[in-house]
This record gives sequence, C-alpha cells and structure tokens, in this order.
Amino acid sequence: MNQKIAKAYEEAPRSWPVKLAVAFVIACILAWSNTAVVLKGVNAGGAGVAGNILAGIVHPDPALLFNLTTGGVPYLLLETLCIAFLGTIVGAVISVPLSFLSATNLVPKWLAAIGRFAIAAIRTVPAFIYGLMFIRVTGPGPFAGLLTMSLCSIGMVSKMFIECIEGLDKRILESLDAAGCTTFQKIRYGILPQLFPDFMSTLIYRFDMNLRDATVLGLVGAGGIGAPLIFAMSSYRWNQVGAILVGLIILVLIIEWISSKIRTKLTRG
Amino acid sequence: MKLYDRIFKPRRYELANGKYVEEKFTRLPLILLILVICCVISVKVTGFDMAVLVKRSKYFFDMLESMFPPATDYLPKIWEPLLDTLKMSILGSFVGAVLAVPFAALAASNLVHSKAVVFIVRLFLSIVRTLPTLVCALIATYIFGLGTMAGTVAIAVFTFAYVAKQLFELIETVDMGPFEAMEAMGSTRIRTFWTTVLPQILPTYISVSLFCLEGNVRYASILGYVGAGGLGLIMNEKIGWREYSSVGMILIVLLATVLVVEWTSHAIRKHLS
Repeated sequence: MNQKIAKAYEEAPRSWPVKLAVAFVIACILAWSNTAVVLKGVNAGGAGVAGNILAGIVHPDPALLFNLTTGGVPYLLLETLCIAFLGTIVGAVISVPLSFLSATNLVPKWLAAIGRFAIAAIRTVPAFIYGLMFIRVTGPGPFAGLLTMSLCSIGMVSKMFIECIEGLDKRILESLDAAGCTTFQKIRYGILPQLFPDFMSTLIYRFDMNLRDATVLGLVGAGGIGAPLIFAMSSYRWNQVGAILVGLIILVLIIEWISSKIRTKLTRG
Repeated sequence: MKLYDRIFKPRRYELANGKYVEEKFTRLPLILLILVICCVISVKVTGFDMAVLVKRSKYFFDMLESMFPPATDYLPKIWEPLLDTLKMSILGSFVGAVLAVPFAALAASNLVHSKAVVFIVRLFLSIVRTLPTLVCALIATYIFGLGTMAGTVAIAVFTFAYVAKQLFELIETVDMGPFEAMEAMGSTRIRTFWTTVLPQILPTYISVSLFCLEGNVRYASILGYVGAGGLGLIMNEKIGWREYSSVGMILIVLLATVLVVEWTSHAIRKHLS
C-alpha cells in the first residue's frame, strides 16, 4: 500500500517550473500595481472623519427615514425600485433580438461577431455618460434614469441570453419536426420552455443588480435615491446618509431574498 | 395559491388504470397580472412617456456626434490615468479576492457547525455587498485622500463581497470525504481546509476572481467621478469642459482595454476549466 502511494507520488507530473513562472509573473504584476497605493493623502483627520461617518451611519436620521412625502426615504426607494424594474424590462426587450442575432448557432459567424462587438461597446460606456445623454432627451428625473438603466442592462443580459440560446437542445426541435408540428408549435413547445426559466432567472438577477447600481444615476441627476445620498455625503450630513443607506440596504436584502426564492423555484421547475 | 386553485379548478385526467391525475391551472394569468400592475405603477412613478422618447430621441445622439472624430492629440495624456485604472483594478481585485477566502470558509455551513457564526458572517457579507460601491469610494476618499488609493479600497471591498458570496456557495458543494478523512487522522482544521477543500475550489475561485477583475476595469472608470483616480477623473473633467471629442477618445481607449482584459481573462478561464 505504502509503496503504491510512493510510486503514485513519484509519477505525479512535476509542474513546478510552470508554477514558479506563473507565480513570478503574478508577483511582478502585483508589485507594479502596488504603486497605486499612495498614502500621502492620509492624515490624522482621516480617522476622525471615519469615526464621524460610522457614528452617523449607525444613528440614522428618523425624520428622513419615516418621512412619507416625496422627499422621504420610502418614496425615493419606491422610485428607485420602479426605475430598476422598468429599466430591466426595457433592457430585456432590446436584448432579446440582439442576442438572437449574436448567437453563433443561429446566424453566420460574421454577424455574430458584429453583434458581440456592439454589445461590448454598449457595455463599455459608463452609466453616467448614458445618463447625461438621456437627460438631453427627457430632462432630468427618473425617466432618464430608467432609460439609462435599460441601456446598461443590455450588456450583461444579452451576454447571458446568448449563452442560453447557444445551449439550446436542437434534437427536441427535430423530433417536433418529425411529429409534424408547425413553426409556431415548434417555438411554443420546443424553444420557449428551454429558454424561459434561464431568461427569467437572468432578468431577476439583473433587477437585483440594477437596484444596487441605481445610486450611480444620482451622480448626473437621473432620479432615484442616488442624488440625495450623494448630496448628503458631500455636505457631511452623515445621519441622513445613514438613513438612506439603512433604507437601501433593507430594501436590497428583501428583494434579494425574494428573487433567490423565485430563482430556485425556476431552476427546479 | 390554494385560493387560486379553488377559483380556477385543476383539470382532471383519467388514466388507463382508472386513477386520476390533476393538472393545475396555469399560473400565467396571475403572474402577468402582477407584472402589469408593477409596470403601471412604475410608469406612473418614473413618468415614462413613449411620445417624448420618439419625438426627442434624436437629441440622444447629439453627444455621440460631438464625440466623433475623437481627439487623437489627447491620446498621450490618457495613458497615465489608464494605467492607474488598471493598477487599481488589479490590486483591488487581488486584495479583495484573497480576503474573501477566510470569510467564505466561515460562512460555509459544512465547515463551520456553529449556526450563529455562519449567520453573522453571512449577514455581514450581505450588508457589505449591498453597500453601493460609489458610497464606498466616496468614504474612502475622505479617509485616504483623493487618488488611486481610495479607488483601490472601494474595488477591494466590492470584490471581497462578490467573491466571498460565490465562494461560500461553492464550498458548500465540495466533496466532504477527504475533509473528514483528514480530520479523522488528527489534522488541524486550517491544514485540512488547505489540503482538501482548497484544491477543489481553486479553479472556480480563480475564474470568479478574474470575472470580477473584468467588471472592475469597467467599474473603475466610474469611481473617478467621485475623485478616486483613474480614467473617470479625466472623463469627468472633460465632460465638465464639454470637450466631448476627448471624452470619445477616452471611451475608445477604455473599450480597447476592456476587450483586451476580457480576452486575456477569457483565455485563462478556458484554460482552467
């Protein structure tokens, strides 16, 4: 027994030169990026500021937290929720044709490559630039935020959609063909049941992310809870920051819990 | 759901052997109704208006048009912030991913048997994950001063939360046989984790971290907006001065970088799996 183990041990491939080289390259990259650590901005005030921030966040401002007018946290959260929800839906509507056009098993390779490049380009532009562009269309407010969200969703949603479409089981379609089904029936009973759960699961996940990313919209005044949060932060009103953050974190946790329930139900069928 | 089944009666089929099976009435109308109600509320709250969109959508391309042709003479000034962005994302992703391992191990219910510890660590991870990255970056700028350090910290926090979540779910699915065998032989828990669990999760762990790095390069460009260094800083500046052709150049450089990073990480991930 022991001899066998010793033999197996000796026969195991010796890959230490490769490992050493990889480790060396990683160490070099890390050492290079280490130059980003500049500590000259740190001063004694930093710790005090950090203490103030923490104190403010754990003592949220109740007047803002339970204010039911349009300036209060509950309404802002509702607005953020609505932006994320409609943004996801509009994004999904745009993503579906885009991802069918970029799936290599449905269209010629060159078309798929163009589609993928377009998706990568859409993804690269940061959210606040889209926000600025849409504000010219709709004026500042939640409408611009919702359009921004939908454009930002396209990148990830279509990437996941493409993966689903490329994983389609074509044998089902062949057997439906053999049974004499019409095109509509093939789509209804052959394609939709395969795609629907994955698509829904992706969308629910993206809705989660949109809700979390909605603060970015506040940077350019595109509605939601981001703007009051950033105003409160830049004017050092940490109690209000605390109130908004508490509301946001609770909302995101609740939505995450519900969405994970729905997603497990979808995957189990 | 029971009430729903009582209103819409399930359909009964008689099988050949005389038994009955029931097919519940489709849930589709209910789900559609909920979706439509949510949509209507959202349209009301956000002020969605198709007419405005159709009529004024040409203004959307105003800014895009003024970005072309991109100002190529601005290119030499982009390299430094670009390298800053890359440094921030690489270092932040690395620190975050490394920090995630112990927390993920503590949050995995098959390694830690104390329910209280698992619950507390998971709650902590959830809260960190829901904290918007922008808020993190802004707080970091107050503490570490304006610059790349703040961005690195924000990226590290974000990566930490994301990787830890993926990792503890992964740890819960590993094969526990070798772990129990090592424990039975009297090995310490840390050594057991190192020799039995880590090799099983390593490929997926690296792949998740690389995936996070890809996203971080893109995200690092936003962080500059709050003064956390990198491409976002000059992008914000140029938008403020309405030099859109320079913004176009920055975006093209960013797109190229993101594509290169994505392609590299995709190749590594393919090699891993």
